[in-house]
Formats: sequence, C-alpha cells, structure tokens
Amino acid sequence: MLTTNKLSSSISKLAAVAFITAGALFGTVAQATDITGAGSSFVYPVISKWSAAYAGKTGNQLNYQSIGSGAGIAQIKEGTIDFGASDAPMSGDDLQKYGLGQFPSVVGGIVPVVNIPGVAAGQIKLDGETLADIFLGKITNWNDPKIAALNAGVALPAKKITVVHRSDGSGTSFNFTNYLSKVSTDWASKVKFGTAVEWPTGVGGKGNEGVSQYVRQIPGSIGYVEYAYAVKNKISWVDLKNAAGNFVAPSAAAFAAAASTADWTSAKDFNVIMTNAPGAQAWPITATTWVIMYKKSKNPEHTKVAFDFFKWALESGQQEAAALDYVPLPDTLVKQIEAYWTSDFKN
Amino acid sequence: MPAVEGAAPSVDGERIQVEEARARRDSAHDRRFGWLLKLCALLVLAALLGATLVTLTGGWSAFSTYGWHFLVDATWHPDSQHPDDPSTNVFGALVPIVGTLVTSLIALVLAVPFSFGIALFLSEVAPRWLRTPVTSAIELLAGIPSIIFGMWGLLIFAPFFQAHAKPWIDSHLGVDPDTNQPSWIAAHIPLVGKLLEDTRPFGGSVLTAGIVLAIMILPFISSVMREVFQTVPTRLKESAYALGSSTWEVAWDIMLPYTRAAVIGGIFLGLGRALGETMAVTLIIGNSMDLSPSLLDQGATISSTIANQFSEAAGLQKSSLMALAFLLFVVTFIVLLIARLMLRRLAAKEGN
Repeated sequence: MLTTNKLSSSISKLAAVAFITAGALFGTVAQATDITGAGSSFVYPVISKWSAAYAGKTGNQLNYQSIGSGAGIAQIKEGTIDFGASDAPMSGDDLQKYGLGQFPSVVGGIVPVVNIPGVAAGQIKLDGETLADIFLGKITNWNDPKIAALNAGVALPAKKITVVHRSDGSGTSFNFTNYLSKVSTDWASKVKFGTAVEWPTGVGGKGNEGVSQYVRQIPGSIGYVEYAYAVKNKISWVDLKNAAGNFVAPSAAAFAAAASTADWTSAKDFNVIMTNAPGAQAWPITATTWVIMYKKSKNPEHTKVAFDFFKWALESGQQEAAALDYVPLPDTLVKQIEAYWTSDFKN
Repeated sequence: MPAVEGAAPSVDGERIQVEEARARRDSAHDRRFGWLLKLCALLVLAALLGATLVTLTGGWSAFSTYGWHFLVDATWHPDSQHPDDPSTNVFGALVPIVGTLVTSLIALVLAVPFSFGIALFLSEVAPRWLRTPVTSAIELLAGIPSIIFGMWGLLIFAPFFQAHAKPWIDSHLGVDPDTNQPSWIAAHIPLVGKLLEDTRPFGGSVLTAGIVLAIMILPFISSVMREVFQTVPTRLKESAYALGSSTWEVAWDIMLPYTRAAVIGGIFLGLGRALGETMAVTLIIGNSMDLSPSLLDQGATISSTIANQFSEAAGLQKSSLMALAFLLFVVTFIVLLIARLMLRRLAAKEGN
C-alpha cells in the first residue's frame, strides 16, 4: 500500500515536472520570433554557429540558407526573406531603387594554395602581378624567371603550372578576381572580375572542397580557397606582397589589418571591396560579406530581431567567428555600422 | 424436392439480375480504371511538356540573343557584374554538348561489351549457386547514389588513373608530356596524338568521366540483357547446341537476334542515364570550358555546367543554362529517335 502510494505520488510529481517544463518550453517558443536569411555560402559556417548561440541565449531561431549571393539578393528584392547576404556589395543605385541598406558582417581571407613537388610548405612568395600572370596562363612553369626573382634561395622545379579555379559561381572567386583586376592591367582588361569569369586557363573544382582536392592531387598546381579550408586541409599557401610592398603570410591578424585599413568612412553604404588594402601588414585578398535589409521594414517584428541578432553577433560573436578562422569586424567599423543603423533604418 | 423445383426459376432470375448488376459494375470499374491509367500516362506527358516549356521559355532570351551561334560557339564568358548585357556576356553550348556526347559514347563503348559478357555469364555459363549473388551484386551497384561514384572517382580512381594508366597511355599510344616524344602509334596514325594529348598531370578528364559513367550504367544494361536472355526458348538454344554450336555461337547467332529489340532498348536506357548524369561527372570531369580534342583533357557536360553554375547565375547566364537544359532534352530526344530508326531498319532487314 505504502509503496503504491509512494509510486503514484512520485509519478504525479514527475508528471507535474514534465508539465511545467513543457509549459516553459512552449512558452518561450510562442514568444520567440523565427527569422530567415539567405545568400552567400561564404558566411554560412559562421552565421550558423552564431544562430545556434543566439538561439540558446534568446530563444529566437534564425534559419539561414546558403543559396548563393545572387540568389540571396534576388530573394531580398522579392521580400521573401528578412535579410540577404552577398559577397559582392550592391551598388548605391540598386540599393536606392529597392529601398535596401547593406553593412559588412564578418571578415575572412582568401589564400592562394600550391602543390609544388620538392618545395616545402610556406616557402613560395608571389606578388599580385605574377599571380595574375600565372592565372592568365602567361607564366607556365614554376622555374619562370619572374617567380625565381621573388623566391631567391628556393630550388624551383621545372614543372608545368596547372591553374585550379572554382567551377561554380562564388564570392571567393569574386574577391580573388577583384584583387587580380586591381594589381594587373592585363587581367582587368581581359578577364575582369565577378562571381564567375571566363578563366583563361586551368581546371575547375566545385566549391572550396573541390579546389582543395584538385590542388592536392595535381603536382605543380596553384588554386585559391578560403583560409579555413587551407588550414583544415593542410595545404601550403603562398605569401603575398601587399599594397604597402611587404610580404605577408595569411593570418587572422593580417585579415584584421586589411579590414581596419580599408577606407570605410568615405564609402556610402559600406561599398568598399577590401582587396589590396593599404595597411603595412594587411593581407591583400581579404573579403567580407554584406548583409542586406530593407530600410523601411515590411515586417518590423522580424527586422527588430534581425538587428538584435547582428548587434549581438558584431559585439559579442567574436569567439565563434575566430574559432572558424573568420575575423570579427574592427570596433571602429562596428560603431560606424551601428550609427548607420540608427541613421538609415526606420524602425 | 418439388419445393426446390418451384423455387428454381426465381433463383435463376435473381442470379441473372445479380450477374447483370455485377457486369454493369465491372464495366463501370473498367472505365474508371481506364481513366486512371490514362491519367497516369497523361501525367508523364504533362510533366515532360511542362519541363520542356519551362526550359524553353527560361532559355528563350539566350536563344534569341545568340541565335544559332549558341549551338556552335565554344565561348563561355559570363559577366556577373552586368548579367543582362549581351555585349559582355557571350555564351555558346558547344563545349558542354560535345562533352556530353563524348563521355556518353565512351561509357557505351565500354559498358556494352562488359554488360553482354555479364549477362551471358549469368544466363548461360555460371553455375546455379553463383547466379543469385552476382545478380544481387549488380543490382546493388545500380542502387549506389551517383555522388558516391563521384567521390570514388575523384578520390581513388582519378589518382590511380594519373599514377598508373596515364604513363602507359603516354608512352604507348600518345605523346610523352615531358619530352614531347610521340609513341609509335601517335607518330604513325594521324589524330591519335591529338586525341590522347596529356596536357595536365591530373587524373580527372573526359576519359575518366566516361569510364566512371560506364561503371554506373553497366548494371542497367546488364540486368536488362540478362532478363531478356532468359526469355530465349530453351529448345532454340538446345537445338543449336545439339548441332554442335559453341556457347559463343549460340549467344551471337541465336540469343542476340532473338532478343535484339530488347537489348537495344536496354542499351539506350543506359545511354539515357549517361547523358543526364550530373554529380559524378561534375566531380571528375575537371570542369574546363575550353574546347579540346584530347580525351585526357578536362571538359564539361551539359548537366555538370548546370550543376556548377546555376546557383550563382543571373540574367543571360541563367537563361543560357536553361537553354542548355532544353538542349539536353533535344539531344536525348534525337538519340532516342535514332534508336527507334535503327530498330525499324533492323526489323525491315529481317523482313518482319
């Protein structure tokens, strides 16, 4: 009798606890707002990490679909999502036409990666013009005098160069070709820049994974990937000569140096492509992804959460970003973005 | 007993009534069932028509901008900054069309003889205990997702091909890439040197993509062949054996003519799959949009180009990709048409 009583009382206690927990859970879910973003695959890893941490803190779920920058812009123009994310900034005219505003979210680096038999990792140095000539197909051998002049003391093999580029349209290609256009007049006139271009030479790998896999397989190859992929896959990268004339190795500090020396203040709507930044220690192929939102929101409740999310991410999401080899925006830029929010966005 | 006799006519009448009702019900059922079947068939037609129309309208701006040049131009020059400007965006479908046809042709040339061998082995030669495991193994092969074939091709087969097959091809059939020394065959037979020119030290190529495709379509062709070989009447085969024919003669002169239509149908089923295969090819073919005569060079197919570029494309580039999709329909249709004509000519030759 006693045991049955005890049992039934403990069951009812358990039920009560379960009920309360369920109530608490459903309570938060009912209050939470789910927002949707879409676009660039470049920021996908960091946004998903941020959104998990943010959901844990506030209960607001963020659903981000990495469908590509172009598709992200198309979706925000149609107003089907709360924010879009693009690796290429939208032009001032376009922003005005659709009543949109944009701001940078996080900084990352793109690194040329190489696989040269007989040359140890981290030994090769290149400048922008030589890199462009390689990707133009003008320099075809690793022992070319132009490469040798930059790499005194390195025994360069007489090996054919195989260029590996992205076969899919991507923000990585956008920033890489943008850099080459800035440092090579030949590249600027023949190939130009964009998420997809007509590559003068080479083979195409799909995604960062595809390019890193191809570079690892092809002796004598050179490609370009996001820094995180080069680190993860242990592919050797190239030191680049930056606009200040110094050779720098890719690192979080070098990306941050580029982000803080880029000319953000004089640009309207943060329309600055950070490549070839002037800082002494700046990594020349540094990139950001722009978040694009309506200046006059069609869904104020969602927009409020979106702003709260990005405010939290820019101010306290550094750790998550750094863990994925992205670099948080410099403080001065964050302040400038927050000022832009209050001045340009009506909520 | 009389009671029963008296009741008989009314029971008969009832039975007739019941049977009539049943017949009416059955014919109504049959009609409804017929409509249902018609609907199923029409649904396929509607889906096909819809897909054709969507790709055609989507690709219309590419077709109207570039005209017939779209079919013969080997340039693929996107300008993602100004996606709608026809002066900076130039697209032509020649490289993907050629890539699609060449990879599929390589796949067929390799897969058909192997499939024939497998089917013959399973229906004629193999001991009974071996048939079931080999048959299920082939069916399992058909069930492997194409991305797995792609990963295997990229991570295992391409490096293997680069390390072991290419040096042999270079020294026996092609041209040595380091010394430019042509092999005997390349020096004496025109075009072979160009066809097997080794431009890059990379295993992924049009040829490797074709080989992987061959493995992918092998189970389809061989299982169709095996099944139709089993429909060949035993008396035909045994008569031939009794007259002293070898297994090869029975296969070539009795079984193949008897099952010709179905065998060609199976081959074209495989070809259809090869023409449209996307993921595996995208990973292995090397995605180069340059036209090259060499099978060892990298290339692109219609479906790999679409898979690569669709997500970030806009304006004319997107329209060109839609136009490519439409062309894939056209290419597949033409191939099926050729198959039909071939079957008809064969039938006419046999006098049926």
